[in-house]
Amino acid sequence: MRRLELEQLYTDYVHCLDADELERWPDFFTEDCFYRITSAENYEAGMPLGLIHATSRNMLKDRVSALREANIYEPQRYRHLVSSIKILEEHDTTLDLAANFLVVRTMQEGDMTLFGAGRYVDQVKHANGTWKFARKTVVLDSRQIDTLLAIPL
Amino acid sequence: MQQEIKWPAEGNARVPYRMFSDPDIYRAELSRIFLGPTWQYLALAGELPQPGDYLTTFLGETPVIVTCAQDGEIHAMVNRCAHRGNLVCLKRRGHAENLTCVYHAWRYDLAGNLDSVAFRRGVAGKGGMPASFHLEEHGLKKLRVDKFGELVFGTLSPEAPPLAIYIGNLIGSRIHRVMHGKPKILGTTSQILHNNWKLYFENVRDTYHATLLHTFFTTFRLSRLTSEGGVDIAESGAHHASYTRNKVDRVDQATSDQLYAGIPSLRENFRLADPSFLATAEEFGDDTTTQILSLFPNFVLQQIQNSIALRLVLPKGPDKTELQWTYIGFEEDDPGMTEMRLAQANLVGPAGYVSMEDGAVGNFIQRAIPGAEDECSVLEMGGFGHVSEANRTTEASVRSFWHAYRPLMGL
Repeated sequence: MRRLELEQLYTDYVHCLDADELERWPDFFTEDCFYRITSAENYEAGMPLGLIHATSRNMLKDRVSALREANIYEPQRYRHLVSSIKILEEHDTTLDLAANFLVVRTMQEGDMTLFGAGRYVDQVKHANGTWKFARKTVVLDSRQIDTLLAIPL
Repeated sequence: MQQEIKWPAEGNARVPYRMFSDPDIYRAELSRIFLGPTWQYLALAGELPQPGDYLTTFLGETPVIVTCAQDGEIHAMVNRCAHRGNLVCLKRRGHAENLTCVYHAWRYDLAGNLDSVAFRRGVAGKGGMPASFHLEEHGLKKLRVDKFGELVFGTLSPEAPPLAIYIGNLIGSRIHRVMHGKPKILGTTSQILHNNWKLYFENVRDTYHATLLHTFFTTFRLSRLTSEGGVDIAESGAHHASYTRNKVDRVDQATSDQLYAGIPSLRENFRLADPSFLATAEEFGDDTTTQILSLFPNFVLQQIQNSIALRLVLPKGPDKTELQWTYIGFEEDDPGMTEMRLAQANLVGPAGYVSMEDGAVGNFIQRAIPGAEDECSVLEMGGFGHVSEANRTTEASVRSFWHAYRPLMGL
């Protein structure tokens, strides 16, 4: 049952990003969440850098606002595939999880790029009948980003 | 190739678009610029603390190994076996007692000298190398290596002047200003840009675009062209440093708003829900809040508030570039300062609030210029010169890049 709930969490999360419903993206996180995108090279060397480094849900809202109002980038869409969700550790109120993902980015002309492959290293919290991400680290296998990273992963 | 290009009469105020797409020009750059009398960034000295530490990088497209040799000094050599041209180092970084080619086990010391050749004396009196073969004539091709503070540079040209002379005092003092401690790497990333390397480098040299393309800057008053600032340009034109002092607005707010009226980058309604990541600390002993510095041909040192990064622009083809980022702090930073640098890093890099567009705009140009090879861009902002100015509404530092570039290319 819990397994199904966790799968539903990831399903809803990537559907939200892929459908460009970015205004709902911060709702998947707790208020004092931590969200970071980095490379496996940085992560495994213990280097703290994040390409995005957010320490609150409000910072995630600001990311969305900046994408909608300020930043300039070509129309593009993502298609995430998530699999192999694994429970790493259980704590009183939280679970440590890992999951694999691929994301294809398709530009308006139609060119497709395998934009990212990697794993989510997450901590989820159950509150008010729902799971939310308290911590999410997007660990990209490649140290290379093609062109730019606009939409969150 | 050179005979076919007649540079426009307007000089550095014009750049023929073929400079960004012609494969012959690109090939000439690899030898005349990247293997020519220029210095290129290789590493931070602190990345190679122990004898035996090595990493790999590039001069242009030429692969290079950088080592800490037995003598404790940093050496650099071409990553190509003197025997049959194989890559000697197969890993990006590592630690080894010597450099041994996997193909025929030719073994070099950490300074690139050939130590031994497998089966040099043959077997049981048969085979082996001729008596005329001397190990010392077949080492790895060595770079000249020089340091500017903790920044390690290399060149393959005997004609490049000593590094300190190459950089000069004007720009050199601005490097020292930022690099005020022992660097500590916070992380690295790479951006693959689908455009010519010079389109990115021009963008870095362009002090005019920052507050117009990057709306984040203006909306949050991080930087405006009306803020006090300017651009220092080395006498040779080769290097630049633009700087901003945000606390000093040259005109009042209302006048500044008026200057920006109608320009898309000023969007009044945009407010951050959590602006805490923009918190900044006094660090450099002056009121310069942003400094973007470049060294010809392909190095950038960025200071945006407390976010410091080194950028290396590597050519990967006429229309492809790898932009490598190394974000640093200093060993002396307390945890609060480190956290501040990590938070401000949201501004820069491939996902940067203010850098994101730089990844896109070069590609936009690359896609707009096919068929326009003999037409030119127009660089007349600030006039026609390329000397230091006390304002940033100028393209002087872009013109100065071409002033340094053209003689090397015979243009």
